Amino acid sequence: MKFTLSWLKDHLDTDASLAEIVDRLTMIGLEVESVDDKAALKPFVIARVLTAEKHPDADKLRVLSVDTGSGDPVQVVCGAPNARAGLVGAFAAPGTYVPGIDVTLSVGNIRGVESRGMMCSERELQLSDEHDGIIDLPEDAPVGMPFATWAKLDDPVIEINLTPNRPDATSVYGIARDLAAAGLGTLKNGAVAPVAGEGVCPVKVTIEAPELCPGFALRLVRGVKNGPSPKWMQQRLIAIGLRPINALVDITNYVTFDRGRPLHVFDTKKVAGNLVVRRAKEGETVLALDGREYTLTPDMCAIADDNGVESIAGIMGGEHSGCDETTTDVLIESALWDPMATARTGRTLGIVSDARYRFERGVDPEFMVPGIELATKLVTELCGGTPSETDVVGYAGHEPRVVSFPFAEVKRLTGIEVAPEESRSILSRLGFTVADAVEMTISAPGGLAELMPSSGVHAVPSGDRVDVAVPSWRPEVDGKADLVEEVMRIHGVEKIDPQPLVSHDAVNGRILTTLQIRTRAAKRALAVRGMMEAVTWSFIPARHAELFGGGQPELKLANPIAADMSDMRPSLLPGLIAAAQRNADRGFADVALFEVSGTYEGDRPEQQRRVAGGVRRGTAKMEGQGRHWAGNAASVGVFDAKADAFAALEACGAPVDKLQVEAGGPAWYHPGRSGTIKLGPKVVLGTFGEFHPKTLEALDVSGPLCGFEVFIDAVPEPKAKATRTKPRLDLSPFQAVRRDFAFVVDKGVEAAALTRAAGAADRKLITGVRVFDIFEGPSLGADKKSVAIEVAIQPVERTLTDEDFEALAGRIVENVAKQTGGVLRG
Amino acid sequence: MSAQQAELEQLEAALLSDIAGAADEQAIEAVRVSALGKKGSVSEKLKTLGAMSAEERQVMGPAINGLKNRVAEALSARRNELRDAAIDARLAAEKVDVTLPVRQSPAERGRIHPISQIVDEIAAIFGDMGFAIAEGPDIETDYYNFTALNFPEGHPAREMHDTFFFSPNEAGERMLLRTHTSPVQIRTMETQKPPIRIVIPGKTYRQDSDATHSPMFHQLEGLVIDKTANVANMKWVLEEFCKAFFEVPSLNMRFRPSFFPFTEPSLEVDIQCDRSRPGEVRFGEGNDWMEILGCGMVHPNVLRFGGLDPDEYQGFAWGMGIDRIAMLKYGMPDLRAFFDADVRWLSHYGFRPLDLPTLFGGLSS
Repeated sequence: MKFTLSWLKDHLDTDASLAEIVDRLTMIGLEVESVDDKAALKPFVIARVLTAEKHPDADKLRVLSVDTGSGDPVQVVCGAPNARAGLVGAFAAPGTYVPGIDVTLSVGNIRGVESRGMMCSERELQLSDEHDGIIDLPEDAPVGMPFATWAKLDDPVIEINLTPNRPDATSVYGIARDLAAAGLGTLKNGAVAPVAGEGVCPVKVTIEAPELCPGFALRLVRGVKNGPSPKWMQQRLIAIGLRPINALVDITNYVTFDRGRPLHVFDTKKVAGNLVVRRAKEGETVLALDGREYTLTPDMCAIADDNGVESIAGIMGGEHSGCDETTTDVLIESALWDPMATARTGRTLGIVSDARYRFERGVDPEFMVPGIELATKLVTELCGGTPSETDVVGYAGHEPRVVSFPFAEVKRLTGIEVAPEESRSILSRLGFTVADAVEMTISAPGGLAELMPSSGVHAVPSGDRVDVAVPSWRPEVDGKADLVEEVMRIHGVEKIDPQPLVSHDAVNGRILTTLQIRTRAAKRALAVRGMMEAVTWSFIPARHAELFGGGQPELKLANPIAADMSDMRPSLLPGLIAAAQRNADRGFADVALFEVSGTYEGDRPEQQRRVAGGVRRGTAKMEGQGRHWAGNAASVGVFDAKADAFAALEACGAPVDKLQVEAGGPAWYHPGRSGTIKLGPKVVLGTFGEFHPKTLEALDVSGPLCGFEVFIDAVPEPKAKATRTKPRLDLSPFQAVRRDFAFVVDKGVEAAALTRAAGAADRKLITGVRVFDIFEGPSLGADKKSVAIEVAIQPVERTLTDEDFEALAGRIVENVAKQTGGVLRG
Repeated sequence: MSAQQAELEQLEAALLSDIAGAADEQAIEAVRVSALGKKGSVSEKLKTLGAMSAEERQVMGPAINGLKNRVAEALSARRNELRDAAIDARLAAEKVDVTLPVRQSPAERGRIHPISQIVDEIAAIFGDMGFAIAEGPDIETDYYNFTALNFPEGHPAREMHDTFFFSPNEAGERMLLRTHTSPVQIRTMETQKPPIRIVIPGKTYRQDSDATHSPMFHQLEGLVIDKTANVANMKWVLEEFCKAFFEVPSLNMRFRPSFFPFTEPSLEVDIQCDRSRPGEVRFGEGNDWMEILGCGMVHPNVLRFGGLDPDEYQGFAWGMGIDRIAMLKYGMPDLRAFFDADVRWLSHYGFRPLDLPTLFGGLSS
């Protein structure tokens, strides 16, 4: 919403400065977006050319002596063809910034003649495109006066950013009312006197869609002479960014901004028969005033005549029956349109208009008739003509909403004490009608009832509660809280002093849920492993989603912002792999990325998983990447991913010693170089591995690449602890020892099976089993391998004898043989 | 001097010369054996003492023993000398170029994304004020995202949210991606009785994309509900938060009336800042106002949708962009880079894994 200061002062009697007005507007909820105070035009003054001599050295230049109204005449070299003695124009002194040529003037020397300023063209002042000559003002224009002041071009333009709840402030008058309520002046009387009409309006209007059109006023003005609107009106319209068309059209635009009352004018001669307000027929078209053809549907409202649609209701008129210079009989429309239908139509058709802007917010129904009177007044004043009587159809009148309002509500919601009289006054100034509420009270024994023994029930005015009738221009106000806002914003939000929110506890305890703690821990644990945290899109290309087990119909966006952001991700991996490749394409081949975020198995809340996932590419190993004098980093592989997965799980508090790793994982992994981490037979906590070559090919990326995903929401909730005391620590006084064994087993035997078997030989004495060598070779046979393990033994009761060790070793060998078929390597 | 004594002196001179000339451990050992071994020259001399007269022994005894001690000492000294020389030689040979680079610790190389760091900063501050962190799903129903938040069906305010929708399911229900974190307000009211003090960080989605808008972004929602919480309390909470978050001792904030469907009264909040230096924003000084958040008293209808009586309970809520406050605090120019995973960007704007934001240690280092 844009307006000028002088326009505002048409409705507001105020001495306040521009700065005060701008400040107050923002603080009462009419946020000022921009102010153009026209300061750029201030340095240009009216000046008279005293003499104009030919330049001694240039045929097309003249040397002027200019009276600028202060001091001695100034010498100016000028090339304009209309530069002549006696011309009165706009002068700019050295040091002035000339916006139209984007130059700050300095004292010049043009072919040997000094020039101390410039006589300007309209284009140089950005007033028009006129550049054939310099500005040529009437003889009597006062020399020395700022040109902009004289030409009324210095009217500051204010633009406010209106919130959707303020239809009343889509008019200069409404803004003036708010400022007056806020104490910045006095609102002038805005009442519109009716203009008497002669005879009934010959064109009738029928409302066939009353649900879309709660009222319609129509009036004919015969014998008008249309032409350019007066300069003052044109200047205001130009100032707010509108293009003057002709007086009739300009009047509708002017009233739209002045009073928030959009109007439409039809050229009566182009209207065939009577008007009907109806739903458009499917596929019906109309050429609108913006020169474009629109195709309508039955949920849109149209104003039609015998020829078809003449106007898109509440949004834009039709080109066919529009008014131009030849119009002599004009039909003025002032109607009410359903806000939601108007918004929907405008959105569907993609039309942004000043009428739509107002109707979708809600236009004051009570100003429908005054609006047409005001328009008629302006039409007859500016274009002459004879008005008919106004035909009002379908308007049932406005029943104000009444809100029961306890003044204490202001203090309850805002914390600030506002005297009831002040609240009452603010509401009244805003146009609310405040009446003392009459409350039915049942008196208690011993109270008032004893004095008025006739009845226990009394009707008494209550001083702390009032009935507030909401004005017709504030359709959004419908409750106590809205009235508190009105009082608060006019009284002044800045007057509310902050008050501490008292803490419930002296020391605040843990505030995070287990899942939040694990999310955070997983992030830090992975970052500590040299990985960088990425945040990638929740939506990915459909074929990526399908590749990673997703792509369900309920996870496809109906309106994705781009074709490759269409499906909610089933996994973090496709996004991370793509991110790794983007980095590789930029020349950073060795990257380690992770993300801890949501994946989607379905559209229900419980189907959103919390996953930690990561990828490593090239040689981005935890210890470092790329070449190094002490040894180059190897390519990343399945065990890097496994280590990451376990680090994340361990950080989340998963019982890592109870987890099993099964060979193989989902289809996107390398079948022989991937694993699945499980807790018990059913709970899958994660997967890891190198990727299937087909996955890489489908994603159009290259390796080496490995990755993992850990489902941190599947990690069991820790048991509640009765005490923070740690379990007792027993340190054996006997020396711990290590014994090595090498077993020859079938190639298919998993190392974990072997270490498990060895460890199970004596759970009391054996504290750890570590694989330290894997060997395959012809000496063992093609389908065999040797697995060397180191068994850590901690005697607890006494130092072990050689016989003890032999017996233990025997049990280890026996158990390994039984569980895995392995034999001690000879 | 007797001939014997002269002989001893001669022997001593010869032995000391041999010791001094011994070039290695082996040579030393050879000298030791030749002098002090069973049949060594000095041992032989000691053996002669037994055949001497008492007077003779009184003179020769100390002389021979003295010789023995001096030779032993010289042997030991020479041995140490040689050992030191050998160690020095080995150490010299073992010298390396200590200016060669070592690999950087992975804990220094890894990075936490600014969004995660900011969420931790926020948790530290609000945790101190007694707030809990709540979360909710990204895929929401129309009810939680709009209806229960007082966006009437068909209201233009819904359209202003540029919502991402899914296709309607068999039941005709159309799910959507939440356009704000506010649905968690309702979900919390449904499961928890007041007093409620929560902040809600999370992903939000709108169909919008440019340097300051992204189809996916992050919001921080706050909600306080009890029987007294009011605008004055809200001002206090938000002022304290902004001071703590931007790590400035004081900060001018401007609360101005605004509109949101789910709050009434509604306010927008600007913070004072200085943007005169290119690419840098300073808070707590300067002449600019920058919009930072929206807030207000929870709308009575929202309380009702949450199952609370608006005449008994009241409270306030606010929402701000996590990405936006991250950009303001740490000076990132383009929101789109947040989601690009460019390792150069992450390395520069990300945070070291062990930089944990705390109030006792400072939010940022």
